[in-house]
Amino acid sequence: MSKPMLSVAGVKTQYGKIIALHGVDLDVNEGEIVTLIGANGAGKSTLMMTICGTPRASEGRILFEGRDITHMPTHEIMRLKIAQSPEGRRIFPRMTVYENLQMGAAMDDYAHFEGDLERMFDMFPRLKERLHQRGGTLSGGEQQMLAIARALMSRPRLLLLDEPSLGLAPLVVRQIFDVIRELNAIEGLTVFLVEQNAYHALKLAHRGYVLVNGSITMAGTGRELLESPEVKAAYLEGGA
Amino acid sequence: MDIFLQQLINGLTLGSIYGLIAIGYTMVFGIIGMVNFAHGDVFMVGTFTALIAFLLLTTLLGITSIFLVLAIVLVVAMAFTGLVSWAIERVAYRPLRGSFRLAPMISAIGMSILLSNFVQVAQGPRNKALPPILPDVIVVWDSGSYAVTLAYKQILIMVVTAVLLFAFWWLVQKTALGRAQRACEQDRKMAALLGVDVDRTISLTFVIGAALAAVAGVLYLTYYGVVNFADGFVPGVKAFTAAVLGGIGSLPGAVLGGLLIGLIETFWSAYFSIEYKDVAAFSILAITLVFMPQGLLGRPEVEKV
Ligand SMILES: Nc1ncnc2c1ncn2[C@@H]1O[C@H](COP(=O)(O)OP(=O)(O)OP(=O)(O)O)[C@@H](O)[C@H]1O
Ligand SMILES: [Mg+2]
Repeated sequence: MSKPMLSVAGVKTQYGKIIALHGVDLDVNEGEIVTLIGANGAGKSTLMMTICGTPRASEGRILFEGRDITHMPTHEIMRLKIAQSPEGRRIFPRMTVYENLQMGAAMDDYAHFEGDLERMFDMFPRLKERLHQRGGTLSGGEQQMLAIARALMSRPRLLLLDEPSLGLAPLVVRQIFDVIRELNAIEGLTVFLVEQNAYHALKLAHRGYVLVNGSITMAGTGRELLESPEVKAAYLEGGA
Repeated sequence: MDIFLQQLINGLTLGSIYGLIAIGYTMVFGIIGMVNFAHGDVFMVGTFTALIAFLLLTTLLGITSIFLVLAIVLVVAMAFTGLVSWAIERVAYRPLRGSFRLAPMISAIGMSILLSNFVQVAQGPRNKALPPILPDVIVVWDSGSYAVTLAYKQILIMVVTAVLLFAFWWLVQKTALGRAQRACEQDRKMAALLGVDVDRTISLTFVIGAALAAVAGVLYLTYYGVVNFADGFVPGVKAFTAAVLGGIGSLPGAVLGGLLIGLIETFWSAYFSIEYKDVAAFSILAITLVFMPQGLLGRPEVEKV
């Protein structure tokens, strides 16, 4: 097997004295969908953000496409074509939907702006209707769609999604998971996905990791984890 | 009526200058939440740069076309003042980012003192004067006993202000650079996650604010013809007042606040007493803030998230 696209090795992250990640090891290979599941407060979002350099890992190394990004400034990491749809969505509240999408496209130098915009409208017709509405006034679900679309506008090689299904109606969740599957299958987009919805995530993902209190306790293919009794007991509520 | 018209012209002229300075306060506050107390002195540096450039161009190089001179002076003042402000941010504010909130403001007070003392030592404590620039006036309306005039330089000030405000508005609203600037203002971490170099954007904000203050400096010098090392203080405080009155963080608010402060000051001087003109401006500020704590165009705190 060739080198992983993203390699996280022995990463420790602290918030002051609180240790959120205790030496996490994890790989994401090119073309894969990898999911990270874990309870509230396990450190999933912390790991996502640590990959992007904010907060910084206090120990360990993070490599992206063979390059050490552990100490690189955040904006330079992202310009290596990593995009994140972060926890809390972080839509720019006083920018319109259109401007938020432009912010995503800036990293791609607006090279495919018009075409990509149409693609986003196909995926999320709602965004087209709301194009000139300010981000802060969108509904939670609309903001989630916008956050994902904004991330995609930058044409990432690695897409980090932190709970993309949060607050969305089941139909929209299915739609978003379909979009992820399609982008991965057709365009070979590599996805690292954090989800509360472990069942959907593990069904979608090629591989998964389980994070408990800042440490990886289990790893395996999506199917293996789905069938594991521990995962079933802790995250699947009897098969959800 | 005639006096009213005259004061309106004078007030708008003065207000344009305050408005240009106020933008620098409001932009810096918007992006890093600090009051840049050195901004008034940055404006003063702009006036001195303009003065020196003007004298060099007219006496040493003997350029006679006043518009050519003013255009060059404008560019030189904007560039030099921008550089000064950029350097201040780098050495005095950036290292303190992330420390407690008041630290950069205290540092800014230090920078303010540094700039005015430096200019006092380098240029002397006395007023520096220019030969009158564009002394001609147009009589707008003559009632027999009172002639309402519009000076060429007042037209110049209003035109330059209008053109620059438009260019500036376009920069902030319509360009990728302006978008990055607004993004940093709204969510710095997210901006960085989208590849925006936040430090560079903050530097740029200081440079743009200083360049506009330099324009105000050139116009101030053209209008009054004299400058002094201490001239950063009062216009600086008035422009800050303007920014607060308009709603700190709001760009249209800064301009509106500037115009209002200029108008209040001139009308008060004309109809009441000139001694209390500053008191009048600040009282109106205080009263406005009691009833509208956000300022006139400030955004309300309630924002759906
Ligand atoms: N800025 C912070 N300062 C201090 N502690 C923090 C900070 N951010 C997160 N933590 C703590 O770090 C731990 C991990 O938080 P994190 O947000 O990564 O969890 P999570 O797995 O994403 O949880 P959730 O599923 O609820 O989103 C938690 O105990 C949290 O309280
Ligand atoms: Mg989280």
